[in-house]
Amino acid sequence: MCLAIPGEVMRIEGTKGEVNFLGACRLVNLSLVPEVKAGDYVLVHAGCAIQIVPPLEAQETLKLFGEILQEEI
Amino acid sequence: MPGRIKLSEGGGGEATARLIEEVFRSRFRHPEILRGNDAAILNNPGRKLAVTTDSFVITPWRFPGGDIGKLAVCGTVNDLTMMGAIPLGLTVSLIIEEGFERDYLEIIAQSMVETAMEAEVPVVAGDTKVVNKGAADGIFINSTGVGTVIEGTQLGGEYAKPGDRVIVTGSIGDHGTTVLLARGELGISSELISDLAPLNNFLLPLVRKYGERIRVLRDPTRGGLGTTLNEIARQSKVSIRLFEERIPIKPEVRGITDLLGLDPLYLANEGKAVIIAASSCAGELVDQLRVNDLGKETALIGEVTKENPGLVSLRNQMGGERIIPLGSGELLPRIC
Amino acid sequence: MRNDSEFIAEFQTKFSRMNCSLMEVCGTHTNVIRKAGIPQLLPKGIRLLSGPGCPVCVTGSGYIEQSVQLSKNQEVIIVTFGDLLKVPGNTCTLNEARAAGGRIKVVYSPLDAVEIAENSPGQEVVFLGVGFETTAPVIALAVKEALRKGIRNFSVHPALKVLNPAMKALLKDPELSINGLIAPGHLSVITGAKSFAFLPEDFGLPTVITGFRVEEIWLGLTALLNQIKKGCATLENMYPQAVSPEGNQPAQRLIREVFTPEDTEWRGLGMVPGSGLGLSESYRNFDARVRFQLGPATSNEPPGCLCGPILLGKSVPNQCPHFGRSCTPEHPVGPCMVSSEGTCAADFYYGKIGVNK
Repeated sequence: MCLAIPGEVMRIEGTKGEVNFLGACRLVNLSLVPEVKAGDYVLVHAGCAIQIVPPLEAQETLKLFGEILQEEI
Repeated sequence: MPGRIKLSEGGGGEATARLIEEVFRSRFRHPEILRGNDAAILNNPGRKLAVTTDSFVITPWRFPGGDIGKLAVCGTVNDLTMMGAIPLGLTVSLIIEEGFERDYLEIIAQSMVETAMEAEVPVVAGDTKVVNKGAADGIFINSTGVGTVIEGTQLGGEYAKPGDRVIVTGSIGDHGTTVLLARGELGISSELISDLAPLNNFLLPLVRKYGERIRVLRDPTRGGLGTTLNEIARQSKVSIRLFEERIPIKPEVRGITDLLGLDPLYLANEGKAVIIAASSCAGELVDQLRVNDLGKETALIGEVTKENPGLVSLRNQMGGERIIPLGSGELLPRIC
Repeated sequence: MRNDSEFIAEFQTKFSRMNCSLMEVCGTHTNVIRKAGIPQLLPKGIRLLSGPGCPVCVTGSGYIEQSVQLSKNQEVIIVTFGDLLKVPGNTCTLNEARAAGGRIKVVYSPLDAVEIAENSPGQEVVFLGVGFETTAPVIALAVKEALRKGIRNFSVHPALKVLNPAMKALLKDPELSINGLIAPGHLSVITGAKSFAFLPEDFGLPTVITGFRVEEIWLGLTALLNQIKKGCATLENMYPQAVSPEGNQPAQRLIREVFTPEDTEWRGLGMVPGSGLGLSESYRNFDARVRFQLGPATSNEPPGCLCGPILLGKSVPNQCPHFGRSCTPEHPVGPCMVSSEGTCAADFYYGKIGVNK
């Protein structure tokens, strides 16, 4: 029910920040992630950051791919 | 029939197709209209003529990469090109709203003449009307073009055959995304510009070279790649399968469409062509297209099959496959 | 690491004998799953059901009708997410109301609605507040922004919903039988992974929280099926980079401050106590229902429409007499066909190839 995508915080101005989504930038409300710093990645929903997340390259989901099917019953 | 015209009926998707069918194709029954291609071929002793017309109502009138003037020239030049016709000349007919800035009009006129020179196609006739404030949205332009069809070609949406390959001459969704941002209502900024360009000098030499081995040429404008391929699949009574990872999409277009919940497959392109060609020449054609700046990101993105006539599908890297429908006509930012 | 098609082949082999039903509750999951063609790749015995996680689908036609009527007021500007425009009200959709002259604007963020109000003095801006707990804090921020700036011509017509009370009502239904649940990824960012602990603990239901990329969904399905095979029921958070056990505390505080629980009606479930969010007392004057004296909304279910049972996973779209005939995305009868995440729209668009489950 909730489209949210990660973007990089380029700069912060008060409670708002300029967030970069693969080259497209938008001002996003950062009130819900008070510890955010420039350079962090945030998950953005409806114009508002809802979580600080690791940069895209660091997401290791795909590594789990190889292991999960090995689980024995 | 009672009711009111909805915005979605102008969007190029399912709703538009129905409106055109019910109001126009039910009345205008000339075979060339019923073929449903980008330009009509008229029989003429000596050479076949192609003629096409288009109206341009874009808002805003100016955007990164172009303006309504450049669009009016490119749109019509490209429609003639898509039917394998060398454009001979264009007309432009303007409807201007009272109060429109004179400077803007000068910029638009200059754009038209510069684009016409770039395409080497003259504007040979025109008309201008001014209407009361509120009766038009700034400026509307209609453009009509005439060209001569290159001998040895047979182009049309009805000629795709199972086994043929689907090629696109570069990244998709650039124009539609640029214009959406240029309206300023979404608060998104980027370096993205429209791909607006005249394609005649780029494509016609290859059309001449490959003759009937190029079956379909179409520019995926309003409604995007998804709509264009659906139209072709229906006209040719074939199915088309695309391979997701092969479709070129710029990162900014990815970012913006993901953010807003839009699909680049349905966003307009004004400087790209979809080419359906025989498999025997497809690889070589891709190489030749890539030589030109206008085609440097050309990609072979799919194949024509006979499994499900009229259907377009997209296969992803994991082997899953889904249908690409005709498209509903209005692209709205979503939260869900 | 094995490649994609090897993974699918192993998955299909390992789970070829399974006979079970898995439910996903988040509309965005429904969309991604269908877009990735996952149902067609699952072994025959594994059924994927879609639950009531599409806020547009579970919103009654009465709410839309009230919004349509409001739009007829010359001094009102209705501002909404794009998702709502094609949902049928009792008489027409918001799209049709716009064609008839109503002022209806689409925005990406509720905060943009506040800006519209600021730039439209003398006009009443009514924001259609639809969504779950992911969207609630953002709407709360918009309300607080309006308060802070002294913007008085802004109000929210609330249709916000809270998922868990509806999940509990759903799972108590003896007709429903599911063996595993894919919990919503972004909703849990706000509410925290722990908010779903009741599913394995009270209902013995294996539950995974996954993200939205295709690979993550396959991983989630694998984990769920592993649990079912083992006969255990736990909560696995497979989206830890975004979902913490406790969730987003500032967002939760904001929801508690600006909103208050209400009883509200869900299409398919009927009235579920405490499952809605209205404006709390301190923010009551931003409630459009108060400002415009709107009574309770009454919804007309189109006869024969199976949206209700479909939303609960009790029926599938091609069991509905309207599906694909009188009800298509171009002219939807019920909301499950309107939203791109609605089960019916998803099946209509993506289900024509191969076996439709």
